[in-house]
Amino acid sequence: MTENGDRMIDEGDPNVGAPEPEGGSSGDAPGAARSGTLEAWEVFRQEKDGDPMRHGGNVMAPDRELALHYAREMFSRRGESVRLWVVRRADIGVLDDLDLLQPPLDRSFKKPGGYVMRDKLAAARDRAGTSKPRARE
Amino acid sequence: MTDPLALDPILAPTDPGARPWNDDLPHDERFELFESHVLAGGKIEPNDWMPDEYRTAVLRFVEMHANSELMGVLPEREWIMRAPTLRRKLALTAKVQDEVGHAQLLYRVAEDLGKPREAMFDDLLAGKTKFHNVFHYPTKTWADIGIIAWLVDAAAIVAQQALRDSSYGPYARTMQKICWEESVHIMHGRDVVVTLMTGTDTQRAMVQEALDRWWGPLMQMHGPRSDRTKDRDLHWRIKAKTSEELRQEFLTIYVPRILELGLVIPDRELAFDEATGEWRYADPDWAELRTVVTNHGPMSEERLEFRRLNRAATAWVRDAILSEPRSAA
Repeated sequence: MTENGDRMIDEGDPNVGAPEPEGGSSGDAPGAARSGTLEAWEVFRQEKDGDPMRHGGNVMAPDRELALHYAREMFSRRGESVRLWVVRRADIGVLDDLDLLQPPLDRSFKKPGGYVMRDKLAAARDRAGTSKPRARE
Repeated sequence: MTDPLALDPILAPTDPGARPWNDDLPHDERFELFESHVLAGGKIEPNDWMPDEYRTAVLRFVEMHANSELMGVLPEREWIMRAPTLRRKLALTAKVQDEVGHAQLLYRVAEDLGKPREAMFDDLLAGKTKFHNVFHYPTKTWADIGIIAWLVDAAAIVAQQALRDSSYGPYARTMQKICWEESVHIMHGRDVVVTLMTGTDTQRAMVQEALDRWWGPLMQMHGPRSDRTKDRDLHWRIKAKTSEELRQEFLTIYVPRILELGLVIPDRELAFDEATGEWRYADPDWAELRTVVTNHGPMSEERLEFRRLNRAATAWVRDAILSEPRSAA
């Protein structure tokens, strides 16, 4: 196995995530008994260095190690990824309540476009006597 | 001018991402909200509430597609060891791996709609679910491999490209990946055909003979003309085009590419009708289509039996994956 291969099951890697506490139900720490059931793992892939991780799809696997092997087969068979993440679907938190995400309030003050000052700036320049001469009409 | 202190909801409630049918409402109300979302081009995600009719329709469609990818590798697999050069062997092996990969992706989409993979295999092997007509036929010569990879995949990709816009989000996204991979298969197949057509008279005759055998199944592949207004899959926007639209599109792109190689298309009625803007062609043999897709094709039983044996022979792998690891001591 390559260095990357070893990392597949390196539970100490902060990028991979800490092992579940004692009594946790993850069942995929090295040496632990496998849970014996397949579950869905969501796969994220980075196409080239510096790109964001994007959702690619998902695979069924009994543990993280096999999820990564399957992810490699499914999402970088043509060498189209430089990094893969697998995340147990059950571990993903979802927020899709638009009342919270896109409340129907005027939030224009949070955006650059919310500040329209052309006229005010012209007035300020007039007052300061720094207005640029107008183009001939 | 806007008042930054305004807290009243002053923006119009235009939220295309809103999913009001997920709220706990009476069924009819939900159904209506769901439908207007889909008909307006909105996407459905696995966690959304959906009417049973929609779930069943998507599942049926995707399962048939997955079955076809899985069964579709068998005719090609037969030629891996007989491919004429190492490069052709590698390309064909890669194509077979791709198609099995597509089956994996599609079975995932179907599984998330509620049918376990094992149940889908059971139904496929018991003949309860179907796979595409073109995969029920024998491959007699190397030219068949060229015609399948070029024209069968081309006919399939015409349909698949239209599915990239399916209302079911996971299916649409999966089709984007699949189409990207399929485009290579078409190039591989066209290269096999073009190479043979620059060869000996025997090789050229071999391509013509393969085309003669495959043209009928190709014309049947998209299915009989159907009534747009009665097609549930079209209504739900699970698919975007009728069978006839797909066939016409296939003919428009591929007839010139076939003819330019000096091949003869075995249909004397085939012609482009300037008046209607459509291709005219001899009526495909729909009785043959029905016979073949109900697993009475020339190779149906043999290919299903191969899958049954294969499934039994690889059971130990699935068992090993799910079993407790053996102690090192």
